[in-house]
Amino acid sequence: MKKITKETYIKWYKDMLFWRKFEDKLAAVYIQQKVRGFLHLYNGQEAVLAGALHAMDLTKDKMITAYRNHVQPIGMGVDPKRIMAELYGKETGTSHGMGGSMHIFSKEKGFYGGHGIVGGQIPLGAGIAFADKYFGRKAVTLTYFGDGAARQGSLHETFNMAMAWKLPVVFIVENNGYAMGTSVDRTANHPDIWKLGLAYEMPSEPVDGMSPVAVAKAMDKAIKHARSGEGPYFLEMKTYRYRGHSMSDAQKYRTKAEVAEYKKIDPISQVLDVILKKKYLTDDEIKAINADVKAKVIECEKFAEESPYPDIQQMYDMVYEQKDYPFLKHKL
Amino acid sequence: MKVLQFREAIAEAMSEEMRRDESVYLLGEEVAEYNGAYKASKGMLDEFGAKRVIDTPIAELGFSGIAVGSAMNGNRPIVEYMTFNFSLVGIDQIINNAAKIRQMSGGQFNCPIVFRGPTGSAGQLAATHSQAFENWYANTPGLKVVVPSTPYDAKGLLKAAIRDDDPVIFMESEQMYGDKGEVPEGEYILPIGVADVKKEGTDVTVVSFGKIIKEAFKAADILDREGISVEIIDLRTVRPMDFDTIFNSVKKTNRLVILEEAWPFASVSSEITYQVQENVFDYLDAPIQRITTADTPAPFSPVLLKEWLPNADDVVKAVKKVLYKQ
Repeated sequence: MKKITKETYIKWYKDMLFWRKFEDKLAAVYIQQKVRGFLHLYNGQEAVLAGALHAMDLTKDKMITAYRNHVQPIGMGVDPKRIMAELYGKETGTSHGMGGSMHIFSKEKGFYGGHGIVGGQIPLGAGIAFADKYFGRKAVTLTYFGDGAARQGSLHETFNMAMAWKLPVVFIVENNGYAMGTSVDRTANHPDIWKLGLAYEMPSEPVDGMSPVAVAKAMDKAIKHARSGEGPYFLEMKTYRYRGHSMSDAQKYRTKAEVAEYKKIDPISQVLDVILKKKYLTDDEIKAINADVKAKVIECEKFAEESPYPDIQQMYDMVYEQKDYPFLKHKL
Repeated sequence: MKVLQFREAIAEAMSEEMRRDESVYLLGEEVAEYNGAYKASKGMLDEFGAKRVIDTPIAELGFSGIAVGSAMNGNRPIVEYMTFNFSLVGIDQIINNAAKIRQMSGGQFNCPIVFRGPTGSAGQLAATHSQAFENWYANTPGLKVVVPSTPYDAKGLLKAAIRDDDPVIFMESEQMYGDKGEVPEGEYILPIGVADVKKEGTDVTVVSFGKIIKEAFKAADILDREGISVEIIDLRTVRPMDFDTIFNSVKKTNRLVILEEAWPFASVSSEITYQVQENVFDYLDAPIQRITTADTPAPFSPVLLKEWLPNADDVVKAVKKVLYKQ
């Protein structure tokens, strides 16, 4: 694995703080009704992404996830201004305003979405890996899903075929404890989702998903395994989301004390603690990073607000590759 | 010209395209070692090997999704459903991913994939194995739906479907796989979205598609003997539909009968009827008639099944009704 150095910690701090503040800004503009529709925020789960990015080969590895998907493409190199614009439904958005919050994509950066149907992206992730194996590209696809999706049949069908065909895919369940408002404990006989892989003889293990170091180490092992041709790997990231499932969630299913308990092991705080203890950065340098993050988020907001809405014709042009598809008319 | 069975035309189309394009592969239940549940992929494992002709477990949701994912990353998969009844288990991947990935990604990803297999009834297979979902798929923007009725059309259209950069639902019939028909020796492609006037006539237009069109031909023979000239349009593609060919025929005959093997509510015939009344209302000399299956699940008992299915007599009656000859 690439060494975890001073630079790694500083990058993790900058990245995770930016993701956190980006999501906070979205929550703020959502309350102002500038962003509408659904909004699922990543706050609390940042280590799962930061650690994975450290282990990936971003020149060829790919990622796919569900609808909590704003910050992963930022991590893979997509301009965050375009993601903010997508949430505003603007022409400059990653999908030109066709996808919105749940459907961020970047073909250029290998980010395959952004999927709204729980568990629907699991077979897609295996399929992306199928193509990489078919064409001999030595690339690995990181296929993320939530604890709710782990109960879908799509997971079991895909696990079976991915093992039978030795596909280069790493499956990652981000177990944040709740499928919307229903806890893992209430919907399964046991809470250890990683054990589902064992029935398929898939190497499977739990990981401290609040620690970027633990995530990076586990991901490195899993990615190497998949890249070597030995087939898939399954990791259960034990993590936590601070905000509700979406913006309409009153969070009556959990206590404030529980949320506070997890904030004690917050991934950003964990990284900052190391930075302070090892004196990687001075107080002034940290303040400068914080100010820079804040300014960049405001830039995203400004870009999104000032961007134009898509042209009506866009609605038709995006559906088919065929240029002259004869759509039926829907209004006089 | 040579004579091929429908199943041979399907295998030939797939094999030619796989020789031409390395990214094309076939997957599904029993497609490889068994040579296809209906032998529509006979010999393909031997020619292309297990990398490109792939037997799957019985897991339509999973393998449909894997195929869609691979289509997003450079492959052009052909997914065989043993029948389209089983596509319901995988339909989330067709409707929510294959049909929408281009739109949701703002045109970044497309999904060049063919989902193919038999549709409709095939003898006494009862309620869950006798269904036609042409209108379900045709209702979904992002998909194209092709339903050929001859080996010639099947081969030319399947090759077009495999080369198409959008997802195509390609529907066959267990009861057509043994049908023989003339097919050119050399390569040919038929365009998706173009109907075919299979029989010219002057008194009435009958629009149909897929296996059930045979009942229209039987009816036309009977009616011919009575001096009634029937024009038969084979839609071949249900989405996008070639309305112009229908409109032009209605302008000539002024009477329309639609025949399909599917439930009546919100069916393909419903849409055609709407479009015809909107666009060529003034040319109609009689209300449009349509013939569908009964508005019930398919029954098992032979007597009931016969009543459930459309047949040539139904077509004759409908034609006479639009001609006010009853």
